[in-house]
Amino acid sequence: MAGMKDKLRRSRREVIRTAAMLAGAAGLARVIVRPAAATPEMLQEAIRAAVGEAPVNKGRVKLDLPPLVENGNSVPMTVAVESPMTKADHVKAIHVFNEKNPQPYVISVWLGPRAGRAAVSTRIRLADSQTVTAIAELSDGSFWSDSVDVIVTLAACIEETTH
Amino acid sequence: MRQHDPEKREPVFGKDRAQSKKAVGARLACTALLLLAAALGAAIAADERRSGSDFMSAGTRAMQDDDTQNPGMLAVIDGETLWNEKAGGSGKSCADCHGDARVSMKGVAARYPAFIAAAGRPLDLEQRINMSRLDDQKAAAFAFESANLLALTAYIALQSRGMPIAVAENAQSEPYIEAGRVLFEQRQGQLALSCAQCHDDNWGRHLASSIVPQAHPTAYPIYRLEWQQMGSLGRRLRGCMSAIRAEPYDYGAPELVDLEFYLMWRARGMTMEAPGVRP
Amino acid sequence: MARPLIHIPSDIRRGDIIEIKTLISHVMETGYRIGVTGLPIPRDIIEDFVCQYNGEEVFRARLAPAIAANPYISFFTVATESGTLEFSWTDQHGKTQVQITAITVT
Repeated sequence: MAGMKDKLRRSRREVIRTAAMLAGAAGLARVIVRPAAATPEMLQEAIRAAVGEAPVNKGRVKLDLPPLVENGNSVPMTVAVESPMTKADHVKAIHVFNEKNPQPYVISVWLGPRAGRAAVSTRIRLADSQTVTAIAELSDGSFWSDSVDVIVTLAACIEETTH
Repeated sequence: MRQHDPEKREPVFGKDRAQSKKAVGARLACTALLLLAAALGAAIAADERRSGSDFMSAGTRAMQDDDTQNPGMLAVIDGETLWNEKAGGSGKSCADCHGDARVSMKGVAARYPAFIAAAGRPLDLEQRINMSRLDDQKAAAFAFESANLLALTAYIALQSRGMPIAVAENAQSEPYIEAGRVLFEQRQGQLALSCAQCHDDNWGRHLASSIVPQAHPTAYPIYRLEWQQMGSLGRRLRGCMSAIRAEPYDYGAPELVDLEFYLMWRARGMTMEAPGVRP
Repeated sequence: MARPLIHIPSDIRRGDIIEIKTLISHVMETGYRIGVTGLPIPRDIIEDFVCQYNGEEVFRARLAPAIAANPYISFFTVATESGTLEFSWTDQHGKTQVQITAITVT
């Protein structure tokens, strides 16, 4: 996964660097540079890196996100997986991916029978309205997922950074 | 909502304040006139006033209400550390003079801005803290919006949480509250908008995708999701002014403090929520 | 990184599944924001978060720039015995902040 991230990071950086150089060259003109969004291919690559060629089943995972987000800078998220969390049958890992941020990763967590409950809460950033996907890896090697569509609106009266 | 035209408004106070000792009667008249002006204008009725938190989503509300999730509490922890840290030429901490903040600072933030005799005019809480830093601790003032000043302000403001806003209403404070009201109601900037036009006349409606709140400073300093960090009321006001393409008042400028004073007076009786979370 | 805020419940019985809430001050700069100069502000994020319970790892997270500033992470663990919980946050430069909290299990 690290190699994939580096590759993605470098290509994103190249785009931003080129754009920034153009922005600088434009002189006094203010150029708004938007980082390129992740493509569906990047998302699929990221999922494949986590899952391999195994099938991903729908179910057992509950991804909780507000359907309408007040501010994309901080979106409360909870992922929970139905599991007895015993040595024989537990959640090994949960991976969360996004569709339209500059890069597809959100968070990965590693659990085990000592967790007692497979549930994690955090706050995430969402750059646009999009689908967020959570994939759980179970101790028997199976993968389960849930997806949620989220609407993200930009805050009005966006302040400049100069005051 | 009633339509609002600030150009038609009569100033409640003349430019010159009464200097004479007939101030007692004048003070009562002042209060009455201020209240009358508020009633006559498009000001929100006292029982219709709602905090900004009422306009937030459930998730943001939950973030504010849970001290284990509210990033403002991180500032409070840092503020508590600063409160106990010896500083400056005096070698004293805030605690050395003020003791336990939970006792000495209880209700203080709810009373600011306040007229400070040594300054000859009202100061907001940030300025008052810096005054103590300079004069009592013989230490350097904290920069406006610095992490240290926000932390101390958050720690002190926490000691007013749950208490009603109670800035002074007397002959001394009223000219400044009135000055703040004039600023609140005057059109300004390229968009020629007044604060009142959005926050008195159109609260509850949408500005793009955001709901316009009533602009009561019940929760400052706040962790604002937009900023991804803590900020003061001054920062928020400056941001709004930039947004309507007006030249923002400087931090600590008399206009800014007068406006803060008016806003706190307008929110009198409402419950302090600091440190708050806002979108 | 400033001091983190950890919350564990009080009055824990052996075998209880407890929720641990953690909050730490960190800008989590994504590397995508453009600064006032017109150039991107360099990425600066916490990448790894680990919780050890009496020396054994019970939770691990890998954070991407998509985690919001001042990361809040809550998770569960089975209260097996009294001892210490050791939390560590490591940023992309390899710098680690550690917080140790006592846990009392009756």
